[in-house]
Amino acid sequence: MARTSSSKENAQALFHSLRSAYAATPVNLKIIDLYVGFAVFTALIQVLSLIFRNPFSLPHFYYLEDPQVVYMASVGSFPFNSFLSGVLSCVGTAVLAVCLRIQVNKENKEFKDLPPERAFADFVLCNLVLHLVIMNFLG
Amino acid sequence: MSNSSTSDLLKPFKLKTKQQELLIRVSILCLVYILAFITRLFSVLRYESMIHEFDPYFNYRTTLYLTQHGFYDFWNWFDYESWYPLGRIVGGTLYPGLMVTAALIYRLLHFLRFAVHIREVCVLTAPFFASNTTLVAYFFGKEIWDSGAGLVAAILIAVCPGYISRSVAGSYDNEGVAIFALLFTFYLFVKAVNTGSLAWGLASAFGYFYMVSAWGGYVFIINLIPLYVLVLLITGRYSMRLYVAYNCMYILGMLLAMQIRFVGFQHVQSGEHMAAMGVFFLMQVFYFLDWVKHMLSDTKLFQEFLRITVTCAIAAGGIALGVGMASGYISPWTGRFYSLLDPTYAKDHIPIIASVSEHQPTAWSSFMFDFHILLFLFPAGLYFCFKRLSDATIFIVMYGLTSMYFAGVMVRLILVATPAVCLISAIAVSATVKNLTVLLRSKNKVAQIGSTKGTSSAKASSKASLDQSQPFQKNGAMALLFGAFYLLSRYATHCTWVTSEAYSSPSIVLAARGAHGNRVIFDDYREAYFWLWQNTPPDAKVMSWWDYGYQITAMGNRTVIVDNNTWNNTHIATVGRAMSSYEDEAYEIIRSLDVDYVLVVFGGVTGYSSDDINKFLWMVRIGGGVFPVIKEPDYLVNGEYRIDKGAAPKMLNCLMYKLSYYRFGEMMTEYGKPPGYDRARGVEIGNKNIKLEHLEEAFTTSNWIVRIYKVKPPNNRW
Repeated sequence: MARTSSSKENAQALFHSLRSAYAATPVNLKIIDLYVGFAVFTALIQVLSLIFRNPFSLPHFYYLEDPQVVYMASVGSFPFNSFLSGVLSCVGTAVLAVCLRIQVNKENKEFKDLPPERAFADFVLCNLVLHLVIMNFLG
Repeated sequence: MSNSSTSDLLKPFKLKTKQQELLIRVSILCLVYILAFITRLFSVLRYESMIHEFDPYFNYRTTLYLTQHGFYDFWNWFDYESWYPLGRIVGGTLYPGLMVTAALIYRLLHFLRFAVHIREVCVLTAPFFASNTTLVAYFFGKEIWDSGAGLVAAILIAVCPGYISRSVAGSYDNEGVAIFALLFTFYLFVKAVNTGSLAWGLASAFGYFYMVSAWGGYVFIINLIPLYVLVLLITGRYSMRLYVAYNCMYILGMLLAMQIRFVGFQHVQSGEHMAAMGVFFLMQVFYFLDWVKHMLSDTKLFQEFLRITVTCAIAAGGIALGVGMASGYISPWTGRFYSLLDPTYAKDHIPIIASVSEHQPTAWSSFMFDFHILLFLFPAGLYFCFKRLSDATIFIVMYGLTSMYFAGVMVRLILVATPAVCLISAIAVSATVKNLTVLLRSKNKVAQIGSTKGTSSAKASSKASLDQSQPFQKNGAMALLFGAFYLLSRYATHCTWVTSEAYSSPSIVLAARGAHGNRVIFDDYREAYFWLWQNTPPDAKVMSWWDYGYQITAMGNRTVIVDNNTWNNTHIATVGRAMSSYEDEAYEIIRSLDVDYVLVVFGGVTGYSSDDINKFLWMVRIGGGVFPVIKEPDYLVNGEYRIDKGAAPKMLNCLMYKLSYYRFGEMMTEYGKPPGYDRARGVEIGNKNIKLEHLEEAFTTSNWIVRIYKVKPPNNRW
């Protein structure tokens, strides 16, 4: 009993200290974090929406109980290139935004010579290439 | 008066040291560029400008199609002239990088009003890209060590036989472009890791895309880079720059790579590419934990958080991987790459892969032949790299070690190891020469300092004492320098000799020494294909062993049954079964495939040893792998392969034997030997009275190397 309560206290203390530390980050970084969170959330929705398609509304056919068929019906992702391009565009922008955040963050000593305009220009260029390729891949 | 005027004249030519150095470097690079190109031109000078070997003919044919019909038709091309009656989806089963590159160069030259034929462009593409590789090697060496090492790397790779073997003029194959793309991608990635810039990461993604479009060996890149990242993470040398570089390259590179139809979705579905994805997710977790650690001031809380996160991540990753592999969604490593990890796998399971001569394990003599002094400079360079460890040197060490391992497993992969070996050896050479020249120069300087300063500092006195204790240091350094230059000159001589003797033969044209020492050229292959082109109906189908398929379609312009792509093992096994059966059974198979002509290669008259009789056992093995009616022991006597009187009866009457030795029994091949003496095997053949019932001889080339038979229509029924 004591163990669980101490771990619960630990979790709460962890949560509080994280929250207070995060509140100290500058606003521009928080905006980037929001964007990253949104992109990851979109990616997760896309992946989960494929896994949890509703099979219960279909009429009762016996072949549906065949595990192979059940698997294919639930994780169907036709056409695969469109699904993949959707997921990868979200993951891609998330990752590029994290890279931007790393380069713009003043606490990183490795990037103190890098002007933030240059970092942003690189970010825009990479996003441009990413979305051009996604558009070609979308089919 | 005159003094000042001459010095005034010379003033504009007098360069500062930095400018002098730049001039020297640029001139060296120009000379190396030209050298790399011209050392690959031996076969063009000796024979003519033609495409060599077998695979390049397919590449040439597709490039021709591309220039004639445009990119859209090329990308969607279905070839009905090969693999009759199946056809081949060419657009989706080739790596288009080489063809597109050659077509672009062709278009550029035509735009500049140089009206060259596409064949000339194809022949000279590989030497051109070899020259470009030397430039990339210079920049890569400069990135890893310094510009001196870069220059040495450029010159070493310009003449290294391991690279020349697959990039001579005429060898129009994927590797010629792919090694350039490989080194370029690695250079861009190391630059991205060193600078941490997204722009360099994007460039490396494009380099990777070019590599994927050029060669199937891109799997090496997509496994080496994650391995490198993993090593950096484990040894604690990670940094934010690594995160930026790897993520940018992985995501953009993966997306770009999936645009190539042949690669398709392999980056997310194939077991060979899962390492990259695994490292990607690991990196996210790792850096996230790093960020949290940075934000939390309390280490105890962080330990707790760490524990929870790590267990969750490992569990999620393990479940995902397990489900993926168990359900078969993630395919296991394919045979070609699995045989690199387990070299005995191909011999037992996939005879086609085992039969290719380039896939055999490497002998020490091959290493010495292809690398010469680089063999012992490689460990020396490794030592220097370990002395000055940085992100870049760790990368080149890993590239060198992994590629050397794979080069030991398969002869063909010496090519992949060559750039790494050249770079590491260049580090050894450059560092050694630098140390020696410093020794040569240092004694004068110390003597000067000692004389000008009255009271010498401790350093100078110790140095002076050191110099005094080794009075012959300067002479020793001079001797060692001469030794180093001698070794390098021997290397250059060896490489040129190897290029001239071993790697400049076109394989389609054979040369030999006549009885009086004059050179005799055997142009039988092209003679036979030209005959096919001119004397057979345009829709004729030719059956031959798969080695010659590409050449027949490219030069003879006729439909073939099987060719070098070897994508359908059963079809090849059918041909193998036909070649190893008695004539009646073979005729049934031949009729079922609509074959009009059968082509065999025979070396008995000239002593040419790469003919079909020497390859026959592979036909039996491959055919027997699919059709159990063909049993290999039927063709052997006491486990021995013979074609003389003591040979197995099935061997003496099979179709391949009959087609090779038809009318050979009356032929006198060598003075003092009986008629029907096979010069390639060195024995007199066993069955001399060969009668063909269903085939008739259509054409035999002047030296009997290629023999073409026409299939007779079935007899009329009564």
